[in-house]
Amino acid sequence: MKNNLVPLVVLAALAGLPLLGLNSYVMHILILSIMWTLAGMAWNLLGGYCGQVSFGHAAFFGMGAYSAGLIHLHLGLSPWWGFLVSLPLVALVALAMGSVVLRLRGPYFVLATLAIGEVLRITCENLTDFTKGTLGIMITRTWVEKTQYYYIILGLALLGFVVCRAIVHSRWGYYFVAIREDQDAAESMGIDTTRYKTIALTVSAMLTGLAGAFYTNYMGYIDPGVVFSLGEISILIIMVVMVGGVATEWGPALGAGIMVILAEYIRSLPLIGVAYQTMFGVLLIVIIIYLPNGLVGDWPVLRRKLLRRGATA
Amino acid sequence: MWVQAEVFLQTLVAGILLGGLYALIGIGMTLILGVMKIINLTHGQLMMVAMYIAFWLFTLFGIDPYVSLFIAPPLMFAFGMLIQKALVNPVLRVESILPHNQVILTVGIGLVLQNVATILFTSDYRSTPVDYASTAFYLSDLWAGTPVEISLSLPWAVSFLLSVVITVLLWFFLAHTDTGKSIRATAQDKDAALIMGVNVGLMRVITFGLGSALVACAGCLFIPIYYLFPALGSQFTLIAFVITILGGLGSTLGAILGGLILGVFESMTATYVGMGWAPVGRFVIFVAALVFLPGGVASLLKTRKLSK
Repeated sequence: MKNNLVPLVVLAALAGLPLLGLNSYVMHILILSIMWTLAGMAWNLLGGYCGQVSFGHAAFFGMGAYSAGLIHLHLGLSPWWGFLVSLPLVALVALAMGSVVLRLRGPYFVLATLAIGEVLRITCENLTDFTKGTLGIMITRTWVEKTQYYYIILGLALLGFVVCRAIVHSRWGYYFVAIREDQDAAESMGIDTTRYKTIALTVSAMLTGLAGAFYTNYMGYIDPGVVFSLGEISILIIMVVMVGGVATEWGPALGAGIMVILAEYIRSLPLIGVAYQTMFGVLLIVIIIYLPNGLVGDWPVLRRKLLRRGATA
Repeated sequence: MWVQAEVFLQTLVAGILLGGLYALIGIGMTLILGVMKIINLTHGQLMMVAMYIAFWLFTLFGIDPYVSLFIAPPLMFAFGMLIQKALVNPVLRVESILPHNQVILTVGIGLVLQNVATILFTSDYRSTPVDYASTAFYLSDLWAGTPVEISLSLPWAVSFLLSVVITVLLWFFLAHTDTGKSIRATAQDKDAALIMGVNVGLMRVITFGLGSALVACAGCLFIPIYYLFPALGSQFTLIAFVITILGGLGSTLGAILGGLILGVFESMTATYVGMGWAPVGRFVIFVAALVFLPGGVASLLKTRKLSK
């Protein structure tokens, strides 16, 4: 029970936040942070624990977003059904992709993920009859208030947290780490590496798809250039995890908070505002060189450095 | 019947010309991959930078893009060496959980390059209006009674020939000079090369520079026949790695063949399916290569004893 104490306290605090009567901008930041936390946790399961770096989580995010948009556009269903529609769809694509690419080692997976995001974007832009192409899909938002959205994304993130935590502490989680550390050793211990890598990919993709479906419902508008974007989605998810902490439980949450606030802040600056992706790039380079395991992961190193500086001063 | 043959042949010619240029992009990527064991996901962005150099030289000083071949590649050589020394080397020393740190680093560099280009030059589409842009040769000029008419655009043909010349020069460099041999030794076995007295660190720096210079050459050859905008890089990065996979990781000959195959395939997709679908054709080739030929064309050559 002790292990569950921290998450429960955090959950209680987060659930209580809207009662403070925060203004809608703060709520917007919170909702986005929690949404990116969900996507970050999903990426972390695959990238951080299993060691399979994906540059194409925008593919799954976009598929989730478009399942919600398309059922509304063609079937007239409420876009909230997108959550249910996206799960089997995304899982199917992830399984197909895993069975092709995860048999191979080395850079193939990195390249394939990068390609699939781009290809889905181009397909969506070209299938103008089906997806409305670059015009995008507009839906009417269910509520004007943010509070309902806040609780929905909080619930989804809780689901993601529980799933990730259960997997990481189960036999699967140990298999994932074994694969990350040494695939040959894992294989010789009798772990079917392809199978477990595919499981990690599928679970990760499904959670990311949920975040995408939420995005459609919350934002009310999607277009291929945004939801399948390499810079705005795929890289952002990686940065959320890398800034916060690779293969840590709380890293994605911390990273998402930092990244969302940072993005909003940089965008509000005059002149440099348009160039916020440049800042992301620079930040990514700095993080990789100086804090490769993120704030949570490198916290002991960071604290030692700070303490030493404090002692000499 | 003849009309169909004409369309097919014209598409084939266009594909081969495009493939020759693709090969040049692919060779740069495969060299870096072979020596460094990392995928350089900023390859296309480096090409974009070289294209802007050629574009501004043309716009400001009226320097022909083909003359820029003597200016842009040396600059990009220095730039590539700088990236390797200042950014990639420190990351190679870092201890981290993620195995693909260097790849993420190159994505970060690409992001910076692309956005800096957007800030400096806006995202407008640009091109160099050279006066020979629409000059073309026709088969009927050579052979009056030809049943099929094929045209050959002058800048495309020149770019293709120059890319062949550059490839031959590169082959000579790799096969017959000490530095070239050292690079190949480093790619084959880093530790053995180190024992033999090869300065592996220096070879890595040179290779990154060389790869950048090669893709800069491709940029100079592309600018007279293509348009230019800051986001163009990511598209060519994708092309470069599809060629690299198709050719076989680290194989130069494979990259040439991979480039040609991709060029022809894309040209065919554009003609018979639709212009916008060429990138999807690229992905189909990529998946097909992964499923049926994971070692690329190079593995095929090896089993047929064509390559040593």
